[in-house]
Amino acid sequence: MKFPYKIKFESRTNDVPKWLPLATSLGAVVVAFIISGIVLWLIGGNPFQVYRYFFTASFGSWGAFSDILVKATPLILIGLGCSVAFKMNILNIGAEGQFYIGAFFASMVVLVPIIPLDSPKWLVLTLMALMGILGGALYGFIPGFLKAVFNVNEIITTLMLNYIAIFWNNYWIFGKYSDAGFQMTPTFDKVAWLPRLADLAKDYPFFSGITLHLGVVFGLVAAVLIWVILKRSRWGYEIALIGDNPKAANYAGINIKKNIILVMMLSGALAGLAGMSEVTGVVHRLQERISTNYGFSGVIVAWLAKLNPFAVIPVAILFGALIVAGREIQPSGLSFMIQGTILFLVISSDVFLRYKVRIVRTHQEEMA
Amino acid sequence: MNLEVILRAGLSTGTILIFAAIGEIFAERSGVMNLGVEGMMLIGAMAAFKVSYVTQNAWLGLLAGILAGGILSLAHGLVVISLQADQTVSGLSLTFLGTGLALVIGEGLTGLNTPTIPTVTLPLLSKIPFIGLIFFTDFNLLVYVGYLLIPLSWYFIFKTRPGMHLRAVGEKPSAADSLGISVYGTRYLYTFIGGCLAGLAGATISIAISPGWYSNLTTSGQGWIAIALVIFARWNPYTAALGGYFFGMLRRFTLDLQGPAMILGLRNPFFYDHNLVFFLQMVPFALTIVALVWGSGAARRNRRGTPAALGIPYVRGERGL
Repeated sequence: MKFPYKIKFESRTNDVPKWLPLATSLGAVVVAFIISGIVLWLIGGNPFQVYRYFFTASFGSWGAFSDILVKATPLILIGLGCSVAFKMNILNIGAEGQFYIGAFFASMVVLVPIIPLDSPKWLVLTLMALMGILGGALYGFIPGFLKAVFNVNEIITTLMLNYIAIFWNNYWIFGKYSDAGFQMTPTFDKVAWLPRLADLAKDYPFFSGITLHLGVVFGLVAAVLIWVILKRSRWGYEIALIGDNPKAANYAGINIKKNIILVMMLSGALAGLAGMSEVTGVVHRLQERISTNYGFSGVIVAWLAKLNPFAVIPVAILFGALIVAGREIQPSGLSFMIQGTILFLVISSDVFLRYKVRIVRTHQEEMA
Repeated sequence: MNLEVILRAGLSTGTILIFAAIGEIFAERSGVMNLGVEGMMLIGAMAAFKVSYVTQNAWLGLLAGILAGGILSLAHGLVVISLQADQTVSGLSLTFLGTGLALVIGEGLTGLNTPTIPTVTLPLLSKIPFIGLIFFTDFNLLVYVGYLLIPLSWYFIFKTRPGMHLRAVGEKPSAADSLGISVYGTRYLYTFIGGCLAGLAGATISIAISPGWYSNLTTSGQGWIAIALVIFARWNPYTAALGGYFFGMLRRFTLDLQGPAMILGLRNPFFYDHNLVFFLQMVPFALTIVALVWGSGAARRNRRGTPAALGIPYVRGERGL
C-alpha cells in the first residue's frame, strides 16, 4: 500500500508575502537552538541549563549588553559588506582577511608612525579609519580582479587570502613591531583610542565600566549608507540586476567586470573599517586573534538578515550575544555550531520562499 | 634537506588531499558541487579520533570517520538536490555546520592518544631497488590505499558503465533521465561517496598520518586546497593526485627550508630571521590561488573536463540542461 500523503512543491506564481522572509529567518534561529540543544543533550549536557546561562551571560546586565554591542560592531560592518557582495552573487568569504589587513593598515598610522602622535585625536583617528578602509579595499581588490579577469572562484581565493593575511600580520607582530618579544604590538598611545562611554564616567557614573565605543556609530552610519546605495542609487540597481540576471545586465550595457571589482572593494573596505574599529576601540594594539571568526559570522549575519542592511543590525546583535556567551559556556564550540546550523537552516528554508509546500493526498495527485 | 625525505613526506601527507579531491571529483562529476569538504573532513577527523579512542580500535574509528563525512554530505544533498538550493552557499554552510559539530562533539579530545592505523612495508614491491624504498616502505596503510584509489577511480569514471552514467548525469541530466538513469539517486549516491572520501581524508589526518585532535587546526584549510585541486585538475583523478602529492612535498619542503644555515653557499634568510617563516607558511595558500588562475584559464580555452551541469539543480520537466 502506498503512503497516502505526499509533500508537493509548487512554484510560487504570486509574490512572496512580506512577513514570510522574517518568519523563515526567525524559524531558522529557533530550530537551530532546538537542534543544538538536542546535540548537547545527546553528548550528555543539559541544554536548559546551558541556554539559561547563555541568556544571563549575554543580557543579564548593562555591562554584559554593552559587551554584546561591542562584539556586534564588527559584525554589523562585515555583515553589511557581505550583504552588498552577496546581492551581486559575489560570495566574499574573505572578510576575515580584509579585517586583519584593515587592522594592520590602521595600526601602521601609529606604529610607523605616519603622522606625529601629538596631532589632534580626531585627525589620528580619521587617518586610521581611512587607512583601515584602504587596506580592506585593496585586499578585496585582489579576488575581485581575479574573478573579473580570470573568472577565478572568489570563494576559494578569498578563503586562501584569509590565511595569508593572518600570516602577514603575524610576521609584523612577532617581528618588527613586537612588544618585547610577545606576539603583540605595544599598546597604542591614547590618541589612537576610539572614545568609549566609560570615558564619560566622571560626569555620569552610570557609564563606568561600559566598554561601548564609537565604532558602533560607524556601523549604524554604514547601514544607512549601504541602504541608500542598494535601494536608492543607480549603482545599487546595477548590483541587484547583475545579481538577479547577469545576462540581462550585460545586454543593458552594465559593465559587470568593473562592478565585480568595485563591489569586492566596497565589501573589503567595510571589513577593513571593522578591523580598524576593533584595534582602536577594543584591544588598542595589533595582536593575534583580534577576530573571533567575525569574518565567518558576518557571512551568516548577512544571509540571516536576507541581505537587508537594517536587518543586519539586530541579527548582528544576536550573534554578538552568541559570541559573548560562547566565551563563557562549555563546550566552547557551541556558539559556532549554532551559527553553522542557523546558516544551514536559513538556506534550506529558502525553499518556502520559492515554492508553496503542500501536503496532498496521493490519490488527489493521480486524479489531477 | 633531503630529496628522499621530501618525496616520502609528500606521498604521505599528499594522501589526505588526494582522498578529499577524488571524493569531490565524484560529487562534481555528478553535477553537485560540495564546498563543505573542510567541514566534512573535520567531522571525519573528529569522529575517527573519538571512536578510535573510545573503542580502542583504529579500524572502527576509520569506519566512523568515513560514515561521519558521508552522513554530513547527505545534509548538503538534501538541500541542493531535493530542495534545489544554491550549491555554493549550502556547501559553505556545511563547512560551518561540520566545524561547529566537530568542535562540540570533539570537546576534551585534545591531547589524548588513540590507537592508529598501522604503518606497513609492502612485501616484494619494497624490494625493488630505489623505487621500493621511496614508494613502498614504512608508509601508513592508507597511503597505499591512496595509490590504489587513483587509478581505480579514473577507471571507474571513464571506463565503466556506472561511471558513464555518472558523467551523463553531470553533463546532461535530462538526457540521462530519459534513458532511465535516476538523476536524483545518482547525485545523492556520489554526493555521499564524496562525503565518505572527505571523511576518510579527515580520518587519515587524525588517526593515521599526524594522529591527534587539534580542534579546527586539524585540517587547517586542506579541504579548500582539495577543492582548488579539483578545478586545477580538470576533474581528472590522475592530475589531482599529482597536485596532491606536490602540495604534500611543498609542505615538507617549507619546513625543511628552515633548518640549514647555508643553502647552496648562500646565507639562509629563514634560518637567521625566524619570522620570515610566516612567508613560507603563506606559500601553499598563495600557490592554491595560482593553481586556480591556471585552472580557470584552461577552462576558458577549452571547456573539456568541466561537468556541464555542475552547480545546476535538476528539475524534471523544466527546460534546461
